[in-house]
This record gives sequence, C-alpha cells and structure tokens, in this order.
Amino acid sequence: MTEQPMVRFDNVSKRYGSLTVLDGLNLEIARGEKVSVIGPSGSGKTTVLRMLMTLETINDGVIWVDGEPLTHMQQSGKLVPANLAHIRRIRAKIGMVFQSFNLFPHMTAMANCIEAPMTVLGMKRADAEARAAELLDMVGLSQKKDHYPSQLSGGQQQRVAIARALAMRPKIMLFDEVTSALDPELVGEVLQVIRQIGREHDLTMLMVTHQMGFAKEFSDRVCFFYQGKICEQGPPSELFGAPKNERTRQFLHAVLEAG
Amino acid sequence: MIWDWNFTLQILPVLARAAVVSVEATLLGFVIAATLGLVLAVIRIAVPWTAWTISVLVELIRSTPLLIQIFFIYFVFPKFGLVLDAFTAGVLAIGIHYAAYCSEVYRAGFDNIHRGQWEASIALNLSSWTTFRDIIIPQAIPPIVPALGNYLVALFKETPLLSAIAVLELMQTAKIIGSETFRYTEPITLVGLFFLAMSLVSAALIRTLERLLNRRNAR
Repeated sequence: MTEQPMVRFDNVSKRYGSLTVLDGLNLEIARGEKVSVIGPSGSGKTTVLRMLMTLETINDGVIWVDGEPLTHMQQSGKLVPANLAHIRRIRAKIGMVFQSFNLFPHMTAMANCIEAPMTVLGMKRADAEARAAELLDMVGLSQKKDHYPSQLSGGQQQRVAIARALAMRPKIMLFDEVTSALDPELVGEVLQVIRQIGREHDLTMLMVTHQMGFAKEFSDRVCFFYQGKICEQGPPSELFGAPKNERTRQFLHAVLEAG
Repeated sequence: MIWDWNFTLQILPVLARAAVVSVEATLLGFVIAATLGLVLAVIRIAVPWTAWTISVLVELIRSTPLLIQIFFIYFVFPKFGLVLDAFTAGVLAIGIHYAAYCSEVYRAGFDNIHRGQWEASIALNLSSWTTFRDIIIPQAIPPIVPALGNYLVALFKETPLLSAIAVLELMQTAKIIGSETFRYTEPITLVGLFFLAMSLVSAALIRTLERLLNRRNAR
C-alpha cells in the first residue's frame, strides 16, 4: 500500500458568482512535504490555503486530509457535505499563519498561545503555559511573553502567531504570505523561524509566498498558479532553473526583475 | 407664595422612597436590556437563519411606543394567562424595549471587529461560543460603552411612563401628592431635579468608565 497523502485536493473548484477562482484543482501533498505556492495575484493561490483551513467553502470536489475527507463525511457509503462537528475534528490537524498576523490584541503573547489549547484541547493552564513557553522560546520571544501585540514589532507578532498555531500541535501548517506585511528588515527573522520548524517538527507545510529565494531553498516542490490552475510544478531547482511553461518564465522574469 | 419650604421638607421622605423604586426599575430594566440585547446580537450572527426573524422583532419593538408595550404586557398578557404585577410588567417592558436598541449597538460593535479575528478563531478551531466569549465580546464592548451608557440614561428618563400602570415610582408618587394636597409645584419640581441630578451623575460615571477602558486598551 502506498502511503496516504497528507492533503489531497480532488477536482476542487471555487467560484464567486460567475468568477471562477479555482478550476478543478488536483493537488496531492505528501506527509512531511514542504510545498510553496507562487503565482500572480488573483491566480487563486491564497484561496487554496483558505479552502483547506475551511475559511472558504468549495463549490465542487472534495478535499482530503490525512486520509479522511475534510469538506465531506461518509454517510452510508456516500460522501455528503460535512457538518460542523466533522469539520472541527478534521481541521484540528491544520494550523494557519496569516499575512496580517491576526493576534488577539487584548491578550498577551502567552495568553494568545494558551487560549486554544485550554478551550479546545482542554489542557490545564499550567500544562498549556509550559508548552507555550517552550514554543515562545523556540521563536526567540521568551522575554516577550507578557507583552501585548501592540507592544511588539511586526516580526515579533508574526513569530507569536507561529507559536500560537504550533501550540495546537497541527500536522499541517499553512503560511499565507506571512512576510508580506513586514518591513524588509524583519522578514529574515520570520523566515528563520519557519526554516527551524521545518527542520525540527515533522510538519507538512504549504506556503503562499513572494519570497522566491526562500521558496527555492526551503521547499521540496513549487507550484506555479495561473488563472485558477496549477500551470507548472516541480522541484525548485527545475521550476526556477529551467521553467518549461511560458507563463512561468514570464512570471519569474517579472518577479526577479523587480528584485 | 409659590414655593413652600415646609411642604417640601414634608414630602421629601415620601419622594425619596419613590426614588428608590425609580432607580430599581432603571437598574433591573437595564440589566434585562443589556443582557437580552447581547443575546439577540450574538444569536443573530451565530445562528444565521434567525437573523431575519430577529431583525423584524427588533424593528417591531423599536417602531412602537414604549407606553403601548407597557400596557400590552400589563393588560393584554393576562388574557394569555401571564399575570404580572405592575412593577414586574413595567420593568420587563422597559427592558425588552431597550434590549432592541442595545442589540443594534452590540451588532455595530461586532461589525467593527476585524475579519482576521474571526478567521484566526476558526484556524485555532475555537468553538463559536468560545470565539464570542473570549475573542469577540471583550474587543467589541469597550468601544460601545458610551452608546450603551446613553441608553442607560435614556431608559432612566423613561421610567415615569410606569406611572401609567400605577407603579409607585417618582412620577406616580408626585401625582398622588399633587392630587391630595392640590400642590404640584414642589413635587413635580423635585422630581425634575432628581432626574437631572441622577442623569448628570450617571453621565459622569460613564465618562469615567470610558476613560478606564480606553486606558486599558491603550496598552
């Protein structure tokens, strides 16, 4: 038996009215695989992450996570749209980091990191705090645990957001343009943390990014999205080194031109 | 003489007792309004299919006079087997009336919460109950405290309507004193002064609370 993929998009489509954002997407991500998604804005790349996090509903197809359907559930041998209880059970395996951090502004860094472990996983405060302290230490913010988001720089906030997501022990981590809202000098510290958790945790990672250098160095595979479809995909060395598709070449040329 | 100080001193204790009733009606009414308003606003978002029903209900309550609602609860509800004493019926009517207004205030508060807060809550798999309790409500309330405070003062100033169903609050008591002694100047003036004083005090308290909340949020 071949191993189940961690994530599988099975002919998934997403439409807003007459606008088709994703058109019959088929994509498999293996356990532990690091996949970067690149493409021009409006190509549907962020929608892929948002659908997987169940922030968007899908119009067609099925999304599978760790061998089980996410958007659907089995009922007398058939797949029917999932109810909330099923969705919550499956999406517990997924964590997400956002472009705009989305920390809870009325809570300290520590409180941000223990909220979900305590209320969702039912962890005791002491245990949740111990785990959060470890994670905040890992992202280099043990000194800032009692600070509120407004007292932290963008890069620090994003690192808290990463710790907060990891505190739920996800199997899959989604990164949605996590450095796009940062000042250039703060990008490095966030990428460094992502690099580290990629090494130290057995995580499947899917990231939408504009950092071509990082995508090239970090990912096992890069997918280039164009107009709601995967236009080209492959190992970074091939996709960046010798893109086969004309659209890919144009896009990479334009991005690298801009620096 | 237009103003009789002896008479004033004589009726003051009676009016003071009535003032307690007015304040009680205000506080109880506002507790109902603030709580029920919050519940309505939360259900409206958490259970989408109720949104239409709730908005019709809120519109209905806001678009009819409070006095009619007081009469309705006191005189019509008994026909359906729900008999309430005048004070309870009055407080309930005031509470429900202002709950309709408060629910709109809460709704505006919720609408102001950035979409990212809801999305982060989903990504962390929080239940909708936890999302409201720990994430949305604590952020939504501080900015709407002034608006809720305004409704508290407005509600307080409408408690004389309870005199219409003979609740012995300030206005009713003043009317009774007037009809027994044929002197209206003192009791009505005192009632007016009392409302003025209490409204000013409440407004000052709300401003203080607002400052405290702002300071906490300015961290």
